[in-house]
Amino acid sequence: MSAATIVTLPDQATATVPKKNYITSEHGLLSWLLTADHKRIAMLYMISITFFFFIGGAFAGLIRLELLTPQSDLVAADTYNKFFTMHGIVMVFLFLVPSVPATLGNFLIPIMIGAKDLAFPKINLLSWYLYMIGGTLTLSALVLGGVDTGWTFTTPLSTHYLNTHVITAALAIFIAGFSSIFTGLNFIVTLHRMRCPGMTWFRMPLFCWSNYAASLLMVLGTPVLAIAIVLVFLERVFGVGVFDPAKGGDPLLFQHLFWFYSHPAVYIMILPGMGVISEVISTFSRKRVFGYTAVAFSSVAIALFGFFVWEHHMFIMGVSNYSALVFSLLTMLVAVPSAIKIFNWAFTLQKGSITFETPMLYAFGFMGLFTIGGLTGVFLGVLGMDIHLTETYFIVAHFHFVMVGGMLMAFLSGVHFWWPKMTGRMYPESLSKLAAVVTFIGFILTFMPQFILGYLGMPRRYAAYPPEFQVLNVFSTAGATILGVGYMLPMLYLAWSLKYGAVAGNNPWQATGLEWQIQSPPLTENFVETPIMDHEAYDYEWLEKQQTEGAKYIG
Amino acid sequence: MGISPVLWQFLVKWLHNAALFPSEASTISPWMDAFYLFLIAMTVVGLVLVGALVFGFAIRYRKERNPVATQVEGSTLLEATWTIIPLAIFLMAFVWGALLYYRIYTPPPNSMNIYVVGKQWMWKSEHPGGQHEINALHVPTGTPVQLTIISQDVFHSFSIPDFRVKREAIPGRYTTVWFEATQPGTYHLFCTQYCGTQHSGMIGEVTVLSPTDYQKWLQQSDSGMSLAQNGERLFASMGCNACHSGTAAARGPNLAGVYGSKLTLTDGSQVLVNDAYIRDAILNPSQHVTAGFAPIMPTYKGQISEEGLIDLVEFIKNLQTNYRVQQTQMTSDSDQAAQPTPTAGQSEAVKP
Repeated sequence: MSAATIVTLPDQATATVPKKNYITSEHGLLSWLLTADHKRIAMLYMISITFFFFIGGAFAGLIRLELLTPQSDLVAADTYNKFFTMHGIVMVFLFLVPSVPATLGNFLIPIMIGAKDLAFPKINLLSWYLYMIGGTLTLSALVLGGVDTGWTFTTPLSTHYLNTHVITAALAIFIAGFSSIFTGLNFIVTLHRMRCPGMTWFRMPLFCWSNYAASLLMVLGTPVLAIAIVLVFLERVFGVGVFDPAKGGDPLLFQHLFWFYSHPAVYIMILPGMGVISEVISTFSRKRVFGYTAVAFSSVAIALFGFFVWEHHMFIMGVSNYSALVFSLLTMLVAVPSAIKIFNWAFTLQKGSITFETPMLYAFGFMGLFTIGGLTGVFLGVLGMDIHLTETYFIVAHFHFVMVGGMLMAFLSGVHFWWPKMTGRMYPESLSKLAAVVTFIGFILTFMPQFILGYLGMPRRYAAYPPEFQVLNVFSTAGATILGVGYMLPMLYLAWSLKYGAVAGNNPWQATGLEWQIQSPPLTENFVETPIMDHEAYDYEWLEKQQTEGAKYIG
Repeated sequence: MGISPVLWQFLVKWLHNAALFPSEASTISPWMDAFYLFLIAMTVVGLVLVGALVFGFAIRYRKERNPVATQVEGSTLLEATWTIIPLAIFLMAFVWGALLYYRIYTPPPNSMNIYVVGKQWMWKSEHPGGQHEINALHVPTGTPVQLTIISQDVFHSFSIPDFRVKREAIPGRYTTVWFEATQPGTYHLFCTQYCGTQHSGMIGEVTVLSPTDYQKWLQQSDSGMSLAQNGERLFASMGCNACHSGTAAARGPNLAGVYGSKLTLTDGSQVLVNDAYIRDAILNPSQHVTAGFAPIMPTYKGQISEEGLIDLVEFIKNLQTNYRVQQTQMTSDSDQAAQPTPTAGQSEAVKP
């Protein structure tokens, strides 16, 4: 075990967390609520998205509990519909979309490129407030009696047939959307204008590239969602016939608009996670990412192609056969950059010097689950198979493999990886490895059976189902229970580590990024003097030279 | 399918008995299953490859064995390899999928047509002979059956997993799908598009009968009036025949033989008269004025149910001569035998 780790901690007997850092620079609740420091805002986000993650998770638990038996016996069908709607809205709009960009991205992007803060610190704070308003409205929709549109808000169901709190929930998403637009805008401007001397585009860590690509999607895609929501509002409240066929509207138009955002949105969710994986795999194999340029450009390619595949959500809805062909073909193309990334990561390991700390375990989990998630996406992107599989549990399993197996694994990998930097303290290693393994097993057990259920034809969003599907559903519920434990563990031990964790020092992982060359937790201004970047990203030889020469780089 | 039919039967039966596959009850099912197995093979190969690389490298290059990493920039050749090979496989899947899609959504010209109306929360099937079913559908084996589907309220989706077919029921728009059942039995019918409170209650049974049993069933379930006859009555009671009388002096165009023809509208455009066109021409007549006629037809929006519209469509479909229109005006006798299932040629223009 001794040789198999790269963890380098300062002598615990003497080491202390630096007295002066961004956490201790100011005191009191107001100093947090009115802060313009990107790191503090990142922590605000971290706390809020964790809160919403567990809300969304609680609904997932209730859904699985209801599906333990074929009958709709735990709750009424209406209540079940509200459960999965709330699960979807909370997880997608309040957790997955902001997860990595708003927390890790917010914290790290300025530091990674040698800047003091984001380009618009106050807009950054505003975006957190917008997020919180969106979150509060979502909760109020829940408390007032719930909403049962499904997270997709399909018209005319959402406009004419439900009398739940559709407008409240829609408004919540509308407002949270602006939070996402502002974050994206902030990142784009920051990455263009605030890079330190010597930090060329191709010297940036890949985490910055993938967040840049995701930001483009946020800025260009989210307004379309906002427009779609406004149209739903107009039709529901004022009876303007945009989607209602009885008034000359087009019932499919809503889905075109919705998926024009919501398909790119899955790339908003997954791309930043891919950035985390690039950083983690490089660090724990002590090697430059294999084919840096290909990985960087594949992020941009995913963002570009991602805008032209939305109709693959509607292949069975009577769209023209020719447009279906085009969109299916484009869907095949968007799968390729993801394949490139996976293979580049695998070959980053080759000739490396690999250690298996917790972030790396999560990254391995990501690679396996994302490969399955990505390839099962091909099932749904090819036309004929989509007819049988769409709207069944297959599609549920597919996007959970990508979003939970991929994105959440990447998020947890990143949280563990940068935890020492953000808090100055290490998390407990053995317990966190256990959590990673438990999560992985729980995940497989939850979602693998759903692929089979999907091919057997079990429709999604069913409160009750034919009895022959019960065995697989029981497996899935059992897996969800294990998964729940896997997610509770990190929350507990990470909270514990804030006070009792080992002091981390500046660079526990011996990583090369600029964020690891400054103190942990960083100063409010990040760097004492503006750094000058004179080497490529992931240059481990440079790092070694720095350390042998004992040269203090910055901060 | 590249493997022998016997082996295939064996494999599929085993997969079905192991509750991994639904039963193969239509002509499409084996095609879908073969494609599914191909895609699974692709996934397994991909996963094994990535797994072998990750685990292989992780073991071979772990820190104990390889204390110092060797820096490698990348390799254009390798990267080109793993761009082109996955792309080629995905494109192969794309072509295969596209062929299957066209097959499932292009009904053969001689298929018999059944109308399906989805509404919160039930499926109503209407056979041309006038047989109505709720949350049930009876079909014969060995005959291509085309479903013309529409929703009366929200989006629904008509899914028969054992047939491997599914089609969205869209409010205000006909969609079609077809299948040919092969195995008598009963199969699940699901609504797969979330449609409100009782979404999971919107299920039913598809009963596949042998052709003789099906004929028996048709006779037992006879309602006395075919869809076209219902339509004929509606045509008279709504006063349609006042203008569409088929005479030379009529204020509306003659509808006999119009179904399946190309019509020139006042704005000069040409349209194919199919189910969707007829339905829309009844509801939004001002947008579909036949050349040479005045735009005087009022809208019937909100006055006819989806079932009524289907009756009218079916009536106009069957209307070949003026004689029928005159008959409508003269007679109200409806005790004739129900219209048999549509004959070839009627459904040729039902393509979307």
